[in-house]
Amino acid sequence: MSETALYRPALADNQANAEVLARPGIKVTRAGPLARFVFRGDAAAAGKAGGAFGAALPVAPLAANAVGARAALWQGPDEWLLLARPEADGEQAVDMLARQLAGEVAAALGDTPHSLVDVSERNVALLVEGAGAADLLNAHVFLDLSPEAFPVGTATRTLFTKAEITLWRLGDEAFAIEVWRSFAPYVEGLLIEG
Amino acid sequence: MLLIHCPCCGVDRPEIEFRHGGEAHIARPADPSALDDHQWADFLYMRSNPKGVTAERWRHVHGCGRFFNALRDTVSDRFLAVYRTGEPRPDLDAASTGMEGGK
Amino acid sequence: MSQPHRTPATGRIDRSVPVTFTFDGRTLQGFAGDTLASALLANGIHLVGRSFKYHRPRGILTAGSEEPNALVGVAKSAAAAAAGQSVPNLRATQVEIHEGMVVVSQNRWPSLAFDICAVNDRLAPIFVAGFYYKTFMWPKSFWNSVYEPFIRSAAGLGKAPTAPDPDRYANRYAHCDVLVAGGGPAGLAAALAAARAGGRVIIADEQGEFGGSLLHETGATVDSKPATDWVASAVAELAGNARVTILPRTTVFGYFNQNFVALAERVTDHLAAPDPSLPRERLWQVRARQVVIATGAIERPLVFPENDRPGVMMAEAARIYAGRFGVLPGEEIVVATACDSAWVAALDIAEAGGKVAAIIDMRPDPGAALVARAREAGIRIETDCVVTGVLGKKRVKGVLIGRRKASGVVAAGEISCDCLLMSGGWTPNVSLHSQARGKLDWQPEKGAFLPGDPVQAQRSAGSCRGVDGLAAVLADGAAAGAQAVEAATGTPAPVPDFPATGGEAGSGWWLGTVPHDRNAARVRAFVDFQNDVTAKDVKLAVREGMHSIEHIKRYTTTGMATDQGRLSNMNALSIASSALDNQIPQVGLTTFRQPYTPVTFGTLAATSRGDLFDPVRRTPIHPWAAEKGAAFEDVALWKRAWYFPGPGEDMHKAVERECRIVRESVGIFDATTLGKIEVVGPDAAEFLERIYTNPWKKLGVGRLRYGLMLNEAGFIIDDGVVGRLAEDRFHVTTTTGGAPRVLALMEDYLQTEWPDLEVWLTSTTEQWAVVAVQGPKAREAIAPLVDDIDLSTDAMPHMSVREGHVMGGIPCRLFRMSFTGEAGYEINVPPSRARQVWEAVFANVERLGGCPYGTETMHVLRAEKGYIIVGQETDGTVTPDDVGMSWAIGKKKPDFVGKRSLARPDLVAEGRKQMVGLLTKDATTLLEEGAQVTVEAEPARRTPALGHVTSSYVSPAAGRPIALAMIANGRARMGETLHVPMPGGAIAVEVVSPVFVDPEGNRLNV
Repeated sequence: MSETALYRPALADNQANAEVLARPGIKVTRAGPLARFVFRGDAAAAGKAGGAFGAALPVAPLAANAVGARAALWQGPDEWLLLARPEADGEQAVDMLARQLAGEVAAALGDTPHSLVDVSERNVALLVEGAGAADLLNAHVFLDLSPEAFPVGTATRTLFTKAEITLWRLGDEAFAIEVWRSFAPYVEGLLIEG
Repeated sequence: MLLIHCPCCGVDRPEIEFRHGGEAHIARPADPSALDDHQWADFLYMRSNPKGVTAERWRHVHGCGRFFNALRDTVSDRFLAVYRTGEPRPDLDAASTGMEGGK
Repeated sequence: MSQPHRTPATGRIDRSVPVTFTFDGRTLQGFAGDTLASALLANGIHLVGRSFKYHRPRGILTAGSEEPNALVGVAKSAAAAAAGQSVPNLRATQVEIHEGMVVVSQNRWPSLAFDICAVNDRLAPIFVAGFYYKTFMWPKSFWNSVYEPFIRSAAGLGKAPTAPDPDRYANRYAHCDVLVAGGGPAGLAAALAAARAGGRVIIADEQGEFGGSLLHETGATVDSKPATDWVASAVAELAGNARVTILPRTTVFGYFNQNFVALAERVTDHLAAPDPSLPRERLWQVRARQVVIATGAIERPLVFPENDRPGVMMAEAARIYAGRFGVLPGEEIVVATACDSAWVAALDIAEAGGKVAAIIDMRPDPGAALVARAREAGIRIETDCVVTGVLGKKRVKGVLIGRRKASGVVAAGEISCDCLLMSGGWTPNVSLHSQARGKLDWQPEKGAFLPGDPVQAQRSAGSCRGVDGLAAVLADGAAAGAQAVEAATGTPAPVPDFPATGGEAGSGWWLGTVPHDRNAARVRAFVDFQNDVTAKDVKLAVREGMHSIEHIKRYTTTGMATDQGRLSNMNALSIASSALDNQIPQVGLTTFRQPYTPVTFGTLAATSRGDLFDPVRRTPIHPWAAEKGAAFEDVALWKRAWYFPGPGEDMHKAVERECRIVRESVGIFDATTLGKIEVVGPDAAEFLERIYTNPWKKLGVGRLRYGLMLNEAGFIIDDGVVGRLAEDRFHVTTTTGGAPRVLALMEDYLQTEWPDLEVWLTSTTEQWAVVAVQGPKAREAIAPLVDDIDLSTDAMPHMSVREGHVMGGIPCRLFRMSFTGEAGYEINVPPSRARQVWEAVFANVERLGGCPYGTETMHVLRAEKGYIIVGQETDGTVTPDDVGMSWAIGKKKPDFVGKRSLARPDLVAEGRKQMVGLLTKDATTLLEEGAQVTVEAEPARRTPALGHVTSSYVSPAAGRPIALAMIANGRARMGETLHVPMPGGAIAVEVVSPVFVDPEGNRLNV
C-alpha cells in the first residue's frame, strides 16, 4: 500500500463502510480520521513549526514531507496542510492530538506571527490504490500523472471535475485525495462512475 | 483550454484552476478620501481594455492560491509572460515569448 | 444467397460470421467486419435516404465519415428501438453492424421509396438559395402562425430519441509527447517513429480498424510484406509498447489552443451486447506536446447534372467496398473521372469480379499505362468526354455522354449502367490544420489548398499535405513522427525506413462544374449533397451580391453539412471564383471548425449528468432532516432543509406553525452551511477594520459583532456575525452562497493591497457544523448539554461567544446570537458528532414543545424583524444607508473598503431607494416578490416605478402578510398609501417601518 504510515482505512466502527470501490487493479477506501491543521506564515515561521510538529514543512512547491504518522503538504508559499495520525482510534483521540499539537506548535512559535487553524474535520481523505489508480484519477483530474510529471511525494491542490481537492501521490500506485467533507460524496460518486 | 504558467508553483496548469482578476497595476489609493470624485471613479471603473498586449491579474485559486500578473495578447490569446504581484511589468522585448508548444 | 453483390473472395470481412440486422423493417444479412453501408450495398441497396431540402432519393456516396447522404437512425436492438432509445444521423459508412441492429432511414414519409415531401423537388425553383430569406417575409402576421410552425416541422434531420439516454459516458484526460491523428500509412509510420524513439504516443483513427488506404491497397507491399500484414505488425508493435495508446473508432474532432485536442471514442456502438460497465463513448481531452496530422485526402465529386442519383458513387469508395468489404456496388459500372486514381479503382473492381462498362475521362490523354491496362481488362475507354446526365431516379439506369469540343460539349450517346463512379481528384484533408489556426497555401498545379506554416506545435504528414504515392507518404509520416518526438522530448530520433511498392501517385484533377450540352435552366448539378446546394445556387448567391465566400456559404448553406464541406468546398469555391471572375486564393476558403464530425452531447457531458452534474453538498444533519420528511431547497451547492411539513401540512401551514413555535417556545435549525473563515494573526483586527464597515479593534475577546461588507463601489456584498476568540483570532461567518467569494476577496486585498499585514485566512466552513437553537426556551433546551460554559445572561450576554464542550467532551464554539429576534444560540461542533449533538438538543426542544424549522421559517422570522438577506433586499446597488444600516458603519475609521464611494454624489443624493415595510390595506393579500410599487393605482404608461417588493411573507406574529420593499425616499413616506399594480388590479399598500416584531429588541435578552 502507501509509503506513508499516515493513512489507514477507516474502521468499521466509525465509518459505516470504508470501501468505496474495489475492482481488479483499483481500490478506493475512505481513510480514518486525522488531526489536520492549516499552517500559514512565512518561511521562518514554517521552519519553527516543523520542528514542533514532527515533520518539516517543505518549501519546495508541490512537495509533501511524510515522517511516520505526520505529514506536511505544501499548499502555497505561505500555506501548509499538516496531517497527524493519533495513536488511538476515534474522534476523541483526534481532538486530543489536535489540542496537543496546537499547543506545541504555538509554544515553538512564540511571538513569531503565524496562523494555525484546526481543520481536522474540514477534510476527509480517500485512498486510491492499484495499477489502475492514475488512469482512474485521470477520468476526473486533468494533471499529467505519469511518474516523470507527478512523482511520488508530489502534492497539489487541483480540481476533480468540479470539486477542489488536494492530490498527493503516496506511491507509484497509491494516491490520497484530501477533500472538503461535503464534496466527498461527489468525488466518490465520480470515482465509482469511472 | 489555455495553459497558464503559475510563477509560484512553477508549473503549467489548465486555465480552470485560475480566476481572472481584472487589469493589473491598478493599485488601491493609499488614501481614497484624498481623491476627488472624478479620480475615484477612474480608479473604480476605468480600464484600458486594449487590443493586443494587456497586463492582467490571475489567481491560482485551485492551486497555490496566489495572485500573479500576466501579459496576454488579447488578439492571439497567447500568454507572453507571467510575473509575481509587486514586480514591474516586464519589457516584452526582453521577455521570453515562447510559451506555446515544444516541451 | 442473401448478399447477391458480394465479390467471390476479396475483402476483410469474415464470411463465416453472418450478422443479421434490419433496415426499415427489412431483415438483412451482412458479415462481421461490414459497415452498414457495405452490408446494404451487398444486398443491392443504394437508396438509403432523402435529401434535406428537396427530399431527393439519395444513395451511398462515400465509404467514410464525409458521407453526406447515408444518414440513418440506429437502435441497438428491436427492444431498444421500441423503448425509444436510438441515435439519429449516424453515417452508414461509419456504423459497424452487429447482430440485431435496427436501422431506419430518415427524412422521408411515409416511406423511403414514396416520400410525400418529394414534391419539394418539383418546387425547386422556389427553394433556391436564400429562399427562406425571401419566401417567409410577408405578410408579417404569417410568421408566428404559419411560417415558423412550418419551418419547425420541416427542419432538422432524423428523429431524436424519445427516451432518456440509458448509456454511460466517460472522460479521460491524457498527456503525450506526440498525438497522431489518423491511422493510415502516414499516421502509422509517424507513430512508429515516435514510439521507437521512446515518446509517449497516442494514435487515433476514426475507423474500427487501423490502416486507412492500406486496407484496400491490396496490391501494395510495405517492408516487403503485403500492406495489410504490415499494418498488423505495426499495430502489434505499437500495442506492445506501454507508452503508446491506440484508439480505434476515435475521432480527433477538436483542435484547441496550446495543443489541447479533443477526441471522441466510440467504445461500444459496434458491439451487440457490450459489457455494461463500459461507457458508450469516451471523451479524451489530450494535451499533446506535438501533434502529427495524418488525415489523408478526400476524393472530390464531379459536378454534372443529376450527379446525386442513387448509384452514383465516389470511385475510391467503390474500390474500398470491393477491396476491403468484398462488395460490388453495381452490375454494370461506368467510371467518370478527371484523374488517374479512378482508373486504378476501375481496374481493382474489375479484378475483384466487377464489370466495368466504360471509363469516361475528361482528359484528352490519360496516362498510357493505365489506358493499356484498362484495354487489356476489356473496358471501353472514352477520353476527352464528360458525363452530361444520369438516367433513372431511385437508381442509376444509364449515363449521357458528351464529347468535349472547342465549341462546347456535343452529345455522344448513352451508356446503360446501374452504377456510376466519379472522381474529380483529391482534396487534402486540412480540417485539423485549419482548426489549429494554421494558414492554407494554394497550390495551383495541384488544384488544392495545402497546410501552410503551423501556428501550433503540429505538422501534417502524408496526403493531407499533398504528398502522393504510398512510398512517399510512408516516408513523410516517418519523418514527421521523428521530428515531432524530437521536438517534444529533445532527444534525437532516427527516421525509420518503410520501403513500399504499389500505391503509386497519380495525376489529374477537376474543380467546379463539368461542362455539358443540357438545358442549363432545367438541370441541377449538386455541389453539397446533404444540404441540397447546386452549382446554380452558388452562382445565384454571387449574382445576388454575396462576394465573400463566408457569405456565399451562409446564403447557400454549402459546406454546412456534417462533413463541414470536406466534399463540397473546393467545387463550391471554384464555381464561386468563376462567377466572381476572381482567383481561388483571393476568394478564399471558409474556416474549418470543431467538431470534425458530429459529437454526441453525452460524450461532451461525460459523467457530469444526473446526481453528479454538480457537487451536491449536504450537512451532517441532512439525513436526519430527510428522515423527518423535510423539504429541501438548493442554496448555492448546498441542500438546505426548507420546511418540515407535519401530517397534512402544506408549506404554508408548516411554516406558519414553525414560526409560531419559535416565537412561543423554541426551534432548532441547521445553520451549518454558513461560510466560516478563521482570521488569525497580530493584524487580524486591523484587517477586519479595513474589510468591514464596522469597527473591530475595541471588540472584546468573547464578543460577537454583526459585520457588513461592501465592495469598493460602496454597495453591500455580504454580511455575517464575527466573533473574537482571542486578541489575534476571529471566527468570521459569511452568507452560505458568499463564502468562496468573500474568502477570495479577502485574499485579494491581503495579497495585493496590504501584503504588509500579518494576518492569514483559513476556511473553516466544513470544520464546524452549526446547530442553531432559537426562541424563548433556547437556553433551557441547550443548558443540560453544555459541560463547561456559564449560560446566564450576565456571564454570556447576547452577542457573545465561548469555547468549551458539550455532551461530555465534544469541543464546541458556542455563539449567543439571533437571526430571528428571539434569544438564541448557535452551537458549532465537529461534523462527525453534529448529528449526535443535534439529536440530543432536539430531544430537549421537543420536550419543551419546540420543533425543527427550515430556511423558509428563518426567512419569515428575520423579515418580521426587518433583517436583510444579502441578495434579496440587496441587488448590488444598495448601500448601508439604503437599508437603514448606517449604524453598522464605523464613523471614526479613516478608511475601509467602499468608504470613499459612500460619499459619491449619487450615493448621497435624494431619492435613493430605501428599505421600508409594506402592509396591504386589505390585510390579507400577499404581495409578489419583485412586484413594482407605484404612487398611482393606474399609472400612465412609462411612469417609473418607485421601487419593488423584495420580501413578502404571511407573518404569524403580525397576523397578516408583511413585505419589505425598496422604495424611493421610502423612509420619508411612512404612512403613505402606494400601489402595487398587478394583472388583476392594483393592490393598495401602506408604507410602514420594516420592523414588524419587537422593535425594542427586548426578546433578545431573556
